[in-house]
Parts: sequence; C-alpha cells; structure tokens
Amino acid sequence: MKVHEYQAKLLMARRGIPVPEGKVATTSAEARAAVRPLIEASGDNVVVVKSQIHAGGRGKGRFLEHPDLGGVNVVLDGLDGGIEAAEAKVEALAQQMLGSTLVTIQTGPAGKQVNTLYVEQGIGIETELYLSVVLDRAVSRHIVMASTEGGTEIEEVAEHTPEKILKETIDPGVGLLDFQAARMSRALGLTGDALRNGVSFMKTLAEAAVDWDTDMIEINPLVVTTDGQVMALDGKMSFDSNALFRHPDIAAMQDPTEEDPSELEAAEFDLSFIKLGGSIGCMVNGAGLAMATMDIIKTFGAEPANFLDVGGGATAEKVAAAFKIITRDPNVKGIFVNIFGGIMLCDTIANGVVTAVKETGLDMPLVVRLEGTNVELGRQILDASGLALVTAVDMKDGAQKIVELTR
Amino acid sequence: MSVLVNKDTKLMVQGLGRTGQFHADKSIAYGTNMVAGVHPSKAGTSLTFAGDTDHSGVPGRADSYSVEVPIFGSVAEAMKETGANASVVFVPPPFAADAIMEAAEAGTPLIICVTEGIPVNDMVRAKSYIAGKDVRLVGPNCPGVITPKECRIGIMPGYIHQPGRIGVVSRSGTLTYEAVHQLTQNGLGQTTAIGIGGDPVNGTNFIDCLKLFNDDPATEGVIMIGEIGGTAEEEAAEWIKANMTKPVAGFIAGTTAPPGKRMGHAGAIISGGKGTAADKIAALEAAGVVIAPTPTDMGNATMEAMQNAGLV
Repeated sequence: MKVHEYQAKLLMARRGIPVPEGKVATTSAEARAAVRPLIEASGDNVVVVKSQIHAGGRGKGRFLEHPDLGGVNVVLDGLDGGIEAAEAKVEALAQQMLGSTLVTIQTGPAGKQVNTLYVEQGIGIETELYLSVVLDRAVSRHIVMASTEGGTEIEEVAEHTPEKILKETIDPGVGLLDFQAARMSRALGLTGDALRNGVSFMKTLAEAAVDWDTDMIEINPLVVTTDGQVMALDGKMSFDSNALFRHPDIAAMQDPTEEDPSELEAAEFDLSFIKLGGSIGCMVNGAGLAMATMDIIKTFGAEPANFLDVGGGATAEKVAAAFKIITRDPNVKGIFVNIFGGIMLCDTIANGVVTAVKETGLDMPLVVRLEGTNVELGRQILDASGLALVTAVDMKDGAQKIVELTR
Repeated sequence: MSVLVNKDTKLMVQGLGRTGQFHADKSIAYGTNMVAGVHPSKAGTSLTFAGDTDHSGVPGRADSYSVEVPIFGSVAEAMKETGANASVVFVPPPFAADAIMEAAEAGTPLIICVTEGIPVNDMVRAKSYIAGKDVRLVGPNCPGVITPKECRIGIMPGYIHQPGRIGVVSRSGTLTYEAVHQLTQNGLGQTTAIGIGGDPVNGTNFIDCLKLFNDDPATEGVIMIGEIGGTAEEEAAEWIKANMTKPVAGFIAGTTAPPGKRMGHAGAIISGGKGTAADKIAALEAAGVVIAPTPTDMGNATMEAMQNAGLV
C-alpha cells in the first residue's frame, strides 16, 4: 500500500526524522492560509507547492489543463513581495493545480487528478543525495541504499553509474549499526555536523522501516542543508499489505481515490485482481496460472482485460463476485475461466460460474477449462446448467477458443 | 529414490484450523505417515481422521482408513514422542513465522510452510533465525512437496502425480499442477515435485532444488517453473550452466505483466526494470534450458530436453 508524500513525512516527523515544515491543503484557501505560518516559522520567504499523487516524476510532470505548469512549484514571489505576494501566488497556483490532471512518466498518458496539495517551507540546499530502504531478495534482508546522485531516478544511476550506488545490509538481529551508517555517510561525502546528522538519519530510518513494515522507503532527494542538517525533501513509502493488520494507523492512510474501484471491490472479496487494458476477461486460480493465462491469450493475438486470482479457498459467492467485477469492464468481450483445482474444488467453481451467469445474464462468449479435484463433478454441473458456454480440454485450447469467439 | 520426502517421512502438522485439518486428512488418505499435530491449547487430545483411501497414493492399502493423530503442545514434544521428522505449517499469517522458528529450534529437519500472506519482515527474521541450524524450510506460500505414491505434504491434488523420472520445482502452485499433469500424461512422471512458493523471502530456492535433483540418482531431468520478480531464475541459470549434469526444461510466467504491479504473489513484481520474464527466459536459454512457450507445452519441453540429452 502506498501513501502520499505528506503522509510519509508525517510518519517521519513523528519519529524525529528531519523533514521540512509543511501543511496539507485541499482548497486554494487552505493553501493560501498555509503560507504565513510556514514563512513565519522558517524565516525564509520561499515556499513550495507540491501535488500529492501516488506517482513519481511530479516535478517534471505537466498538467493536461495547464501544459506549462509543473506538478511541483517553487514560489519565490515572497522574496521581493513579502508574505502577501507569496500568499497570492500560492492561491493562484492552487486554483490551477487542484482538480487538474497531472501527467508524469509514471502516471501514463491519462494522468492523475490532483486533489491534495502539500505546501512546504523552502530549504537552503547544500547537497542533494539519494537514500532508500528496500528488501534485497538475493540476501533476504533489507538494505539501505544511497547515492550522491540525488534527484536522479535510482534506476538511471544503476544503469549508467552503478559504482555510485552504496549498499549496507540490515541484520535483522541488530539493525543498521553505527559503523555502517558512518561508512555510508562518509562515502556520501558528509563531514562534521552533516556526518553526525547523516548517521542519525540513516539509523532512525532503518529502524523505522522495520517497525512500520515498509516495502520501500525512498528519499530522493535527501538534502544536506546550508546549516548542516540532513533532511528528507521528498518521501515515497509503500507498506507490506500483509503486515497492515498490525498498523491500523498506517492502514487508515490509504487514499481510495488512488486505487482502481474494481481492484478495491475485489479486495473486499479477498480476490487478487489487477485491471489491464485488453478485451478478454480472465478468471483463474493461482497467481502463476493467472499470469500464464494472460500470457497465452497474448500468444494467440488478443489482450487480457485483467489479472484475477480467485485464490485457493474460493466459495461460489466469491466466484460470482469475481464474475461481476470482470463483466463490469466495458472493454471485456469474452471471458476465459481457467481452473486447475488443488484446494479449489472444480464443482465449487462450476457452481459459482452457473450462479453468476444466471444472475448477470451474460451476453458474451464464455470458455471454461476445468482440471483437478472433482473435475468430473464440475463438468457435470456445467453440462446440466444448460448455459451456452464452451468447454476446453486444456489451457491452450481454451485460450484459442476465447480469442476466436471474440474476434 | 526421490528428494526431501519419501515413505519414511513422519509428518506432524502445525496449525489445525479448517484448512490444516482438511489437508492433513487428504495427506493421510494419500498414505502419508501423519504422526502428530501441534496445538498449544489442545495438547493431550487427539484428532481422528477417517475416510476412503486415495488409491492414487501409497499402494497396497485397505479401501478405508481411520487414524488417530495425537496432539502435542509443542513441536519439541511431538518430535520426542513420535519421532516426527517433517512438519507442515498451516498456521495463520500473523503467527506462521513463529511456528517455523519453533520447528527450527526443535530441530525438525524439514519444515514446509503452506501459509500465504506472512509479513516479509517476519520471514526476514525467521530466515535469519534458522540460518546455521540443520533444518530446511520450504515455502512459505507454497503448495508443498510430494513424492508420488510415497508421501504428500501440502495442498496439491495427489491423483495427478505418477512416479517417474523428472524433478519438478516451481514458484507457483497451480503451474506445478499443470506441469505434473502433463508429465503424467506423456509418461515421464515425477521423482519429487517441490513448490518453493511465491514469496520474496523463501527458505529453499531454485538452486537448492537443482542441487538436490542433480544429486538424486532417480531424477533424470528437471523442469523449473519461474515467474516475474527477483533474480532467482537468473541465478539458477548461472548455476545450471556451471554445474547441472541433467537436462532442464523451464517455463516463466508473466511475459505480459505490467511493471510495478504485484501479480498476486507477493514476490511477483517487476521493479526498477528488474525481474522481467524476458530477462529470465534469455538467461535460462543461454544456460541450455528448453523453454516452454506456453504452459500447455511444459510436458513437451521436458520431453525435448530429455531427447536432446539422449535419455528418451
């Protein structure tokens, strides 16, 4: 589960990790009202207005409605014109940004609507660095990753200058050790106060990552300020969904407007669903088989409309819910049900399919391939239902049939 | 011969909820020697499993069975009293890592964790805890391990298996069933099928299984089934190139998966351009692995690999 930058910074601030002062705004009036206290507290007349969406590249992104306007705007008007000028500019920016659609390299061409802004105090920056805490699957441990190339995408650094990426492994028994944080901070070129602050920043963040059960924390840029502070200028965090049960405060931060509604509905039924762009709806048991089903549809020249794993413990009700979610997608021209029953009983699937088809009055081709536990019973249920569905002997046969039927 | 499990395996089950009991029963019906259950608050009681024998399993048994399985308060007691040498974990996600560590501390040689949805941090800790102990963890989030007609541990449908010549190792449950089913149909059969699970942190990886199969005299060839996410398949390809003496076939799921999305399995995600199906397929092909273009071709690809090696 992802959270917004302002939420990530709130979590960091609570933990004593240095972040700039900022205020959340969902209206232009709120954005305006944020300016004065921020400037008065910092004594710096620069503020920054940042779009809050779950996608990177906001600074370089542009609004569909305002092609010259970026997703992150530094407001310098206060330098000459004082607080009033800054307030006026922030209000004007907020009016343009709120409700508009920001397109970044990560949003796709459709972009994402900006509903929330974060107004932040300006910071005097000495150096921009990169810092993250991620799982290193090869060693089954979390690692702290850092680079002097702050502000650049880490993938780009990895591709062109991999030697600039520093890594320290976190031992789950003892956490990130002082000498590791110092080694990394020194390699980043930190000295004096900045070195001490860097060590403290890294240690606190590494500890927090474990306590919060994050999938990933990325601070890009991490900045050294002109007065030697080490501070998170940006903050991207995602959390291990399997661990949210022990973090109700973090779970409550989920922004439903950032999620696909059909994916949210699927989650309620404990279905693993991902919307894609194609025309063949897929209902499969098992994540690997569900992926392979998408692949095989593509092999026969069509595109899958979704990934859907009904899971091992599916009931007829769950299957029916899955069916409804698939058929609601207007792009779907046909459905391929591909089941290899292990825990999942084929008769359960068959009953679910029959119930769902009868309830939704399905008006598109349906191909069903069943194999595994209770397969004969499942096939009998389908045959006896009198429904106009096509059965397949194996996965290839099924994929071929649904692609032909929807052509 | 086979790897990991056989007719001498004495199994205990940790986690006796609905799913745990259901599959304990299926395993007993298959002929697995189920010797104990572990449940702290049900210690001293027993569970009786009875029903019709699954004749696709261990041969030479009566048509029905009734087995009373004693329940112990801890893994250590269960091992001491019954000589259990393997455990299957069905404990719910918040407590599963603890169950794994309890089994490891007691010295259970083989721990197979079926549970899906264990927090990654719990597995990081558990894996660190069991490192250096003489135990093997398979999973979590896996269908288990089966040696046909000898021992079934986990949740797979037993009847699709047939004793034979191929070792099967897979990150995906249902794709394992697909592969096994095809190997049964084309007559190659299986020595042992191992589900290593779909989580990013697991106990046993592809290389561990390739080593086991390479050293197993009965295994003549291997099929490995991978998917997007991580670099375990690429590392396996390197190992195969350097060490494998037996033919290997492969399949990789997720060619069409979009980057940045978790495809059902916690570990199935392309991140930062790493972990794509194309990279994995290229690495395996470079190591001489015969890649099945679709999941329906897994049996054929294995046959081709065996033919290339002059084994059929």
